[in-house]
Amino acid sequence: MSSDTSKHSGSLLALSDRTKKRNAAEKRFRAYGFCAILIGLAMLLVLVTTIISRGTGAYQQTFVTLNVELLESKLDKKGNRDLADIKKVTTFGYNPLIKTAMKTAVEELGIAHNLKSKALAGILSKGAVGQLRAYVIENPDMIGKTVEFRFLAQSRVDGYLKGRVSRDSIANDKNISAAQLDLVDALVDAGVIAKTFNLDFILGADASDQRPEAAGIGVSMLGSLSMMMVVLALALPIGVAASIYLEEFAPRNWLTDIIEVNISNLAAVPSIVFGILGLAVFINYMHLPTSAPLVGGLVLTLMTLPTIIISTRAALKAVPPSIRDAALGVGASKMQAVFHHVLPLAAPGILTGTIIGLAQALGETAPLLLIGMVGFIASNTPETLADGLLAPNSAMPAQIYEWAKRADPAFYERAWGGIIILLLFLVTMNTVAVILRRRFERRW
Amino acid sequence: MPTFWLVVSLLALSAAGYLLGRRRAVASAGGNVKDLHSLPSYYGHNVAFTTLTPALGLLAIWLLAQPMVIENRVSDMIPADVIPESSSLSLIMSDVRRVADGLELAISQGDMTQEESNALDTSTTDVRAMLGTMGVALGSDVRPEILNAAQAYRKLNATGATAMTVAVAILALAGLAWSYRQTHKDFRARNVVEKGVLSLLILAASLAILTTIGIVLSMFFETINFFGLHSFKDFFFGSTWAPNFRGDSELSILPLLWGTLFISLIALLVAVPVGLFAAVYLSEYAGAGVRSLAKPLLEILAGIPTIVYGLFALLTVGPLLISMFGKGGSFGVEWMTGATSVLTAGVVMGIMLIPFVSSLSDDIINAVPQSLRDGSLGLGATKSETIRQVVLPAALPGIVGAILLAASRAIGETMIVVMGAGAIAKFSANPLDSMTTITTRIVSQLTGDTDFASPETLVAFALGLSLFVLTLGLNVLALYIVRKYREQYD
Repeated sequence: MSSDTSKHSGSLLALSDRTKKRNAAEKRFRAYGFCAILIGLAMLLVLVTTIISRGTGAYQQTFVTLNVELLESKLDKKGNRDLADIKKVTTFGYNPLIKTAMKTAVEELGIAHNLKSKALAGILSKGAVGQLRAYVIENPDMIGKTVEFRFLAQSRVDGYLKGRVSRDSIANDKNISAAQLDLVDALVDAGVIAKTFNLDFILGADASDQRPEAAGIGVSMLGSLSMMMVVLALALPIGVAASIYLEEFAPRNWLTDIIEVNISNLAAVPSIVFGILGLAVFINYMHLPTSAPLVGGLVLTLMTLPTIIISTRAALKAVPPSIRDAALGVGASKMQAVFHHVLPLAAPGILTGTIIGLAQALGETAPLLLIGMVGFIASNTPETLADGLLAPNSAMPAQIYEWAKRADPAFYERAWGGIIILLLFLVTMNTVAVILRRRFERRW
Repeated sequence: MPTFWLVVSLLALSAAGYLLGRRRAVASAGGNVKDLHSLPSYYGHNVAFTTLTPALGLLAIWLLAQPMVIENRVSDMIPADVIPESSSLSLIMSDVRRVADGLELAISQGDMTQEESNALDTSTTDVRAMLGTMGVALGSDVRPEILNAAQAYRKLNATGATAMTVAVAILALAGLAWSYRQTHKDFRARNVVEKGVLSLLILAASLAILTTIGIVLSMFFETINFFGLHSFKDFFFGSTWAPNFRGDSELSILPLLWGTLFISLIALLVAVPVGLFAAVYLSEYAGAGVRSLAKPLLEILAGIPTIVYGLFALLTVGPLLISMFGKGGSFGVEWMTGATSVLTAGVVMGIMLIPFVSSLSDDIINAVPQSLRDGSLGLGATKSETIRQVVLPAALPGIVGAILLAASRAIGETMIVVMGAGAIAKFSANPLDSMTTITTRIVSQLTGDTDFASPETLVAFALGLSLFVLTLGLNVLALYIVRKYREQYD
């Protein structure tokens, strides 16, 4: 001890070596903590900037404006505008029209090129013929006239205008050639090809993996919304009922204990296990339709129920006992005290918890894949409410996963773009939850 | 949708019951509401509930039980010798259902009448071709036994639906009549209604137990089926995962478990130091301003859906790692061949778990009594010495619990590993290798074309049950540790 004190007995003004070391250690430790926070925030920043920088491209799309002459000789040989005859012309029969239209447009603009007409038409999306055919079937009386169309450009052209595709990167690409890109440059200068806002991405359906330029997230968004309706309609009443029982009425016995342990365990069960449950019970056993948002909603209900129960119980617990006592004191029954007084006071907290649970369910992917709600199914817009619940559909996250799996990098942009929409939904829901909490939560 | 309309009419009936019950109660008191035992609305509610609840309950039970009963009856009709060697009863049954659905479709489209469909005979009609024209594709020709079974299936279903409607309607009307007769000014309506509501509340609470039972049973039976087809020993002690849809698969959980644990370990190596230091800084050093800003921002990371992390792993982190460790990369080594690897998935999962570890540890560090800190500081220890030697040891059990919870999350995580980890099952200690996990294999075995009679599909249930047991074990252990710790200071 004496030798120890002698080491420290120096000047009172200058720090001893040991104190310096300890102070340095203190500073280091604090810096580690600060770094950890910075790392976490930096990751958030990287994530958000990646999503925005790579996803915004999906909201712009390259279109080609083209006058197409709807030749009667090709589309309606008999000339009697009989819809059945017109429908007999397959999309293949519309190819020459597009080729001619492209050729005329280029010639009129006086652009020199040495491309064949097939390569000229190759600038357009493969879906252009389908678009043309749908238009003709809709308006048979336009046959024989020249109509202005706005066709999607094929994804490589779109990527070229967005800087994703360059002349180097297409060296081995059989979908597009450098000569086609030269022509695209000229057409852009002439104003025939232009990039505009892409509403079809937000409202449209998924397209085949040959046509990334036409893929949209709208249908799977409807799928997600239908599921959220099911979750809200089931999870909120069941969750609130269960919480009221556990918080207000349940006697302390082994059964209640089992239920409580069960709920906290269910909250930590991996989501994919709920998918297996859904597959085995709802689809294999009950034979509910595969890929239906109704089944997805049921699975997500079971998954979000624990979250809702836990937050509802917290909200009920926060209502002071004096409220119950007052109600009982003026002659209300226990049930009346809970339903007339405690529940309305706990409502903001319950709503907040429900919204957070819904947000969780909205971003869930894995269980949906198991019950067949995979991305490529989202190709038809449901027409009725029953259709929306029972017809095969996908959900936003599953659609994003599907795009991420496809080989064509043009789909990646779509996937990031889809994530922006998904996150916008989540941000909105969470903001509403925060506002509800700030606005209505009472502190006793 | 006969069920839908049945429910709608039940609701209408109970609404009518409400008005009837209320009116009868008020009338029985001669219009003087004060003479009633309960408020008038309780009499109405009593009639409405008695009409609706038993009928809806019966409907639900009937809907659940009918498929099982019919399935059993119909599968008894199929003689054992009809089932081909390569097939199974469940496959035959799905054929039966397809044929039955096809007949249903034919009738609804007006292609044939009810009688014609019942009189169909395979010796005179080519049922497969006929259904084919309506868009119902069948794998093979329809044998007479299957057609008979399908016809019986349809008949049973139709009888079942009629019987259900009748039974539910009778029950609803009986409930209405009985409760209407009961309604009288001395009837204790409030007590009865409250008892009914309480039992509904109990029902809702027990749904949690039902879900757990459902999870365990749904996986348990299929797992037993799996072990009937595949050796128990190979699943738990084999060394290869090589599903082969022509049969003779080697399906061992060990390589998958290795991949899962390896990725989880890397995720924890990222999340635990960062999360723990962040928690220490937030709870011990940060001022109120920093805390109120940094904590919610960090927690945003926990609210981001896993599909976003998966995409981030696949399209950003993977290519970044390749540009460092791959061919022609900045480190000049060729350790990585594809963008998917243990490290890719592990790092991204670690980022996801940072807020999980930090907010749990934050709570636990805050729960350490201030007197411990004051004592240590009073003895002359610096703040970091106090944290390292007093606060953290005191919080250790709780922190271990938090880490175990994070590990359980990592093991059960699906989308990040599906997109970032790869599909190759192997034992390798190289974190730059592509490896696969339990959850990835569950997804791949259960999506696409599945045949619930083959071990290659059923193995997913055995994997799911193992995953469930593993994560449940970790959770229970973590909660046990956390609870034990809490008792010390409360």
